Amino acid sequence: MSQQLGNSHRRFLQTLMTCGSVDEPGARSLHQHCCETHNTQYVPDQLDNFINAINSKLQPLFMQIRKGMSEESGQQHYALVNMAETEVTRMSSDYTENELELFRKTIDLIVASDNGLALSTDILNSADTLTTKKLKKTETEQLLKRLVQDKWLCEKQGEYTLSTRCIIEMEPYIRTMYPEQVKVCHICHNIVFQCQTCENPVCGVKIHFPCVAKYFRGRSVRRCPACDDAWEHEVPEMKRRSRSQSRR
Amino acid sequence: MVPGLAARFLDVMTQRKRATPSSQRQHGVSALQEDEDDIPFTQPSTSQVQKALENVTPAQLDHKASEVVQYFLVKQQKKIPVRRADLVKHVVKEYRNIFPEIMKSASKTLDQVFGLKLVEIDNKNHLYILISKLENVDGPHTSVSSPKVGLLFVILSVIFMKGGVVRENVIWNTLKKLRVDPGEKHAEFGDVKRLVTDEFVRQRYLECVRIPHTEPVEHEFHWGQRAELEVSKVKLLEFLGQLHDQDPQLWSQQFKEAHSSVNPPSS
Repeated sequence: MSQQLGNSHRRFLQTLMTCGSVDEPGARSLHQHCCETHNTQYVPDQLDNFINAINSKLQPLFMQIRKGMSEESGQQHYALVNMAETEVTRMSSDYTENELELFRKTIDLIVASDNGLALSTDILNSADTLTTKKLKKTETEQLLKRLVQDKWLCEKQGEYTLSTRCIIEMEPYIRTMYPEQVKVCHICHNIVFQCQTCENPVCGVKIHFPCVAKYFRGRSVRRCPACDDAWEHEVPEMKRRSRSQSRR
Repeated sequence: MVPGLAARFLDVMTQRKRATPSSQRQHGVSALQEDEDDIPFTQPSTSQVQKALENVTPAQLDHKASEVVQYFLVKQQKKIPVRRADLVKHVVKEYRNIFPEIMKSASKTLDQVFGLKLVEIDNKNHLYILISKLENVDGPHTSVSSPKVGLLFVILSVIFMKGGVVRENVIWNTLKKLRVDPGEKHAEFGDVKRLVTDEFVRQRYLECVRIPHTEPVEHEFHWGQRAELEVSKVKLLEFLGQLHDQDPQLWSQQFKEAHSSVNPPSS
């Protein structure tokens, strides 16, 4: 069953490694580009098979291309993730011990928050409480910039969130380390950070913004799917899907 | 991308005590020189390898080779060369007697799965880099159009057109004409001087050599080993030809050089 890889697969993999993650339309166009560059027959809608062929070769290396949803756009993203913990990957990371500790504290803040956001001021304060070497304010700011550049965090107006690629890669870790605090979206059942929460204090279910948009589309009366209370929040508009996207 | 960042977390959380190796790279600091902690590694002889192989299962060999592959891929993200000493110390460890077999297997995997070629660029200090066997083609998500690549390309072009080596002030003047001033912080590139003399050099795209007897110290730039392996001089000439609306053949010396050297990969 194991399909041999061609240069089209390798180009796809190399590109994905460079970008960190790619959204679904991007993955489709990349698939097409890779096939056409190497004169391989391009069959649209065969992206999953294409990726499965790559994944079968990545498995012995404890790597996989995995899919996850962007909490902002609702788009599926593909990312290359490392599946196993080994000494090697630990040693080769290009963040130092205390930098990682600060990143871990940022995740603490994001997981503990209601809305999946960590304020830069709170992160800067955390820098003072590091058990490994302390980080100065400028060092912390530079570290945050690097984390954004390396596509682990996203930043908007001084607030930091986990990038889609980060969620895809770190989900198992987060579920293990924060079993009590981790929340799951009521609609799609995936891990959730940025979301709307039901105002009913007895209910309190969380739903991703794109999942809210999808669920309430076309409904004039908006009620919580769990407790039936009125859904007080403003429902975001569904992002327009391009016609070339296949429905799955 | 740094695969395995999650793994680092698991480790930090369980607070396993681990001595930080003195050769662990700090951001921005070159740590490619000899390190006192290095246990000198000499390549085992073929007979030693054969003997050691008898005590290793294929599964163990494959597992080690996988770890080597992962190590290289992580370093590849920042295009940092890998020191053989680090590889042996941190990854291969007690399997050092079958080092050649592990490297052979890792090399094959990197080639067949990723289309990456493992190259030893320094036979004395034993440094390795990965280069892509796939030709650089413009397309969605490719870095061909990234500004840093563009800047590097300009510098490589200048060096190539001037016969392979230029004094640093030629580079700085060229960049200034393009409104990239090494003296000022650039909106896109930040510290331009650091990008050129530190990052591009560490990644082996450029080589920066001190010119002796200069006061204040002056440097000259050459193509680095990675550039020699990755960048097609033929394509560079074609690009310049288009830019200057000139037939590349008119630069006869460069044209000859470009077509004579062993050229990097086409698909």
